Amino acid sequence: MRRYFGRKIVVYLSTFFLAVTIDWAIPRFMPGNPILNLLTRVAGRPETVQHMYNYYSRIFGLDIPVWKQYINFWIALFHGDLGTSVLMFPQKVTAIIMRAVPYDIFLLVPAILLSFYAGNKFGAFAARTKWLDNTVLPLGYMLTATPYMWLGILLAWSLGIVAGIFPIAGAYGFNLQPSLSWVFILSLLEHWFLPFVSLFLVYFGGWAIGMRNMIIYELEADYSHYLEALGAPRSLVRKYAYRNAILPQITGLALQLGVVVAGALVTEVVFSYPGIGYWILQAIQNQDYFLIQGCFLFIIIMVLIANFIIDIVYVIVDPRTRLGMVGGSA
Amino acid sequence: MTEQINIEKSERMDKVPVKKQKKVNEFIYFAIRNNKLKIGLGIVLLFILLALIGPLFAKYDWNAYIGPMSQPPSREFWFGTTTFGQDVYTQFVLGLRATFLVGIIGGGLGTLIGIIIGFVAGYRGGIVDEVLNVLTNVVLVIPTFALLLIVAAYLKVRGIMIESIFIGLTAWPWAARAIRAQTFSLRSRDFVDLARMSGMKPLKIIFTEIAPNMMSYLLMTFILQFGGAILIAATLDFIGLGPTNTISLGLMMNYAVMWGALQFGNWWWFVPPGFAIMAIVGSLYIMNVGLDEVFNPKLREM
Amino acid sequence: MSLQTKNLRVYYQTLRGDVKALDDVTFNIKDGEIMGLAGESGCGKTTLANSIIYLTPPMKYIDGSVELDGEELPIWDIDSMNTFRYKKVSIIPQYAMNAMNPTRKIGKMTEELLVSKKISYKKTKAELDRRLDLVELKNDILGMYPIELSGGMKQRMVLVLSTLLNPSLLIADEITSALDVSTQKAVAEMLVEFRNRKIVKSMIVITHDISILYQIADSILVMYAGKLAEKASTEVIIHSPMHPYTRLLISSLPKVGVKYSEKKLTGIKGNTPLLFNPPVGCRFKDRCPVAFDKCIKEPPFIEIEKGHFVACWRECERNA
Repeated sequence: MRRYFGRKIVVYLSTFFLAVTIDWAIPRFMPGNPILNLLTRVAGRPETVQHMYNYYSRIFGLDIPVWKQYINFWIALFHGDLGTSVLMFPQKVTAIIMRAVPYDIFLLVPAILLSFYAGNKFGAFAARTKWLDNTVLPLGYMLTATPYMWLGILLAWSLGIVAGIFPIAGAYGFNLQPSLSWVFILSLLEHWFLPFVSLFLVYFGGWAIGMRNMIIYELEADYSHYLEALGAPRSLVRKYAYRNAILPQITGLALQLGVVVAGALVTEVVFSYPGIGYWILQAIQNQDYFLIQGCFLFIIIMVLIANFIIDIVYVIVDPRTRLGMVGGSA
Repeated sequence: MTEQINIEKSERMDKVPVKKQKKVNEFIYFAIRNNKLKIGLGIVLLFILLALIGPLFAKYDWNAYIGPMSQPPSREFWFGTTTFGQDVYTQFVLGLRATFLVGIIGGGLGTLIGIIIGFVAGYRGGIVDEVLNVLTNVVLVIPTFALLLIVAAYLKVRGIMIESIFIGLTAWPWAARAIRAQTFSLRSRDFVDLARMSGMKPLKIIFTEIAPNMMSYLLMTFILQFGGAILIAATLDFIGLGPTNTISLGLMMNYAVMWGALQFGNWWWFVPPGFAIMAIVGSLYIMNVGLDEVFNPKLREM
Repeated sequence: MSLQTKNLRVYYQTLRGDVKALDDVTFNIKDGEIMGLAGESGCGKTTLANSIIYLTPPMKYIDGSVELDGEELPIWDIDSMNTFRYKKVSIIPQYAMNAMNPTRKIGKMTEELLVSKKISYKKTKAELDRRLDLVELKNDILGMYPIELSGGMKQRMVLVLSTLLNPSLLIADEITSALDVSTQKAVAEMLVEFRNRKIVKSMIVITHDISILYQIADSILVMYAGKLAEKASTEVIIHSPMHPYTRLLISSLPKVGVKYSEKKLTGIKGNTPLLFNPPVGCRFKDRCPVAFDKCIKEPPFIEIEKGHFVACWRECERNA
């Protein structure tokens, strides 16, 4: 077990190191100059521009040798400093991210957990029941093959514009200020519903299919046949098969996180939902490389942490990894 | 075990050549009886056909403002027109072509890299395996967009090819992991040991002993990568990191949202592209389940 | 009479047609009898075992009956058979090595299995400990996962588990083939011990390793291509078999003390027939050295001496 975690930690650290390095490189290897880019919007006299250029260079830390910038980046990183946004100048990137994160948590955590739970239950239920299998299977595959934004667009158009039941942009009404009032909370939920549903449905399809395919193998496994031969009731056989089939699903969650994040990104774009994904698009469109960098770094760290948690959960639920016989996902 | 009868073994040996022939027949036999495979393949072929011959019936340039704005489908404009009066049908069939191109090139490249890394890691094991594992993890964790941003900044004009290659270069980790695991389990089989002991070179063992035994698996991996590449491309196109000099299904949805198709109710602009992606990728997946049942006797329904 | 099967017919359904895996099988097992079941692979041994306890698709019940202790087993009905499984008929499957759920502690799994059969685990626990002791397993094995056990330990654990409810009939399917020789012997002797202590009344031991049967079986039933060929006491089958197939089978056994570098091991020439469309008449006739014109008719499985059954026209003629 120690070896298992030792290996995992090496993998995580090297991944983290490489990912941060690539992330650091983003604004620096861009053609053009992000600061000039910013200054083109502040039209003014040449001396002023020069003066502002120097000022910004200092703030962004671009006036020192590259290797020093790299080290400074790491130091700043450990101080939780991801630089200053160009788009939202002079706001700190960290501040923008911190404002966006609650929305992501609010949207993603329920979508992932509920779809994982419901999808797995449903997939297990459908497996080996012929008529259910024949309806659920195609439906599930179609759902997981649906582009996130398309489902979002359809929902926004049908329930938002045509039926007019749900608002289709923002996280709460334009005329509201964040407060702990019922009106605000209601508005928050109203705006949350459509993005949540579109994410939930696509994730749901994926889990249902995954479980259906896994549990079929488990129901055909030797231990299932042995239980059946000893006349154990179907409920016990299914219970065991379900428990064992959910293990690869947990690893699947780790593997899918990247896709899950990308899905959230485009969904936020469709609904102008002010999470990280929304800001990434804003940053891309305005070439705010520091904001992009910060958002990506944040995502990388979150994905790594989530992976690590999944690894620990896996060790807890699967005795085979605990006993050090078989490796888990990585 | 000196006293054991050896009938079984000797029998199995002289049956081998017969069996191989029988096996191929058996796959074909089950393949043409598998509804999932037939329906999935049928839908995919239908769309391929549309992508191939559809553009021949397109009367306009996809980008030209040729008609009245925001027209619903009519005899003149089969799929209606966009907010600017472009022909949606033309955009759609050309977008289909782009979609299949991304699938074949992106999915193919992803599978190829996955195969190479998976075979080497699985066959070699040890330190090579660990290093490749770290590499796989890094690619898995880094947001693909981050890399694409750099590419996008340098290449102001991008085509489908660039996008496909990019997707291929970043989407292989899943395939590599799966193939590694398979190779790993095949590596310790008797026939591979035999080849190794008879002094066969590792590369030759991989290609003559291991790969043929994984053909069905590799085919299924390719199909999944194919579908995955299409979905990734749609996402990239939608946030404006896709091709700049042509149309694609993802770009159609991007433009539709950007130019108020929702507000104007131009559903004919954004419904077909998403539907086509869903139908193609979904059918590919269903086809895969069918193939799994054909290759794996345990899953066949009697 | 413990077990009595009459004209049992079970086919395998495939898309290419029925495989006649078990055709007109009639035999008895006495109380306390350990019957060995031998034959080449694919001859229907495992089908016979499964038919008695766990007849599931693609296997299909055609006709015939199985009686255990005078009670007919509803083998064609998966659900109502559940009341007999484990309590009356039990099995140690071919795959005993993987028979236990890999993610459950063995004790926990045993408990859940018993509870699901409405049997108190607490009340059975003392007996379970005694049984573990009998097969020389420590009872802390119950707190372990299957992968912590060696092959021999798993085999013995499954033996204890399968026989915990004192079934009348135990079917042991190829239980020794995955073990090394010394463990094989130990497990085989444990089977006998279980019978002697009346934990199980009678047994069917399936194997293609006749030497194991020579050690433990009271009688041997030889099958060929889905049909019964010969049944007699172990001594008779080994030393004076009647059916030409049994003779070939026995003679192909290596003899102790002979150096095989000097003498080639002989198998039986030819292949077992495909059972989609089995040959008419005696199914062994194409490989049989003594076949004659009468063999195109199906030979009956008849008792030529007390307790000695043979299905062969040559023997019928000789006795006639």
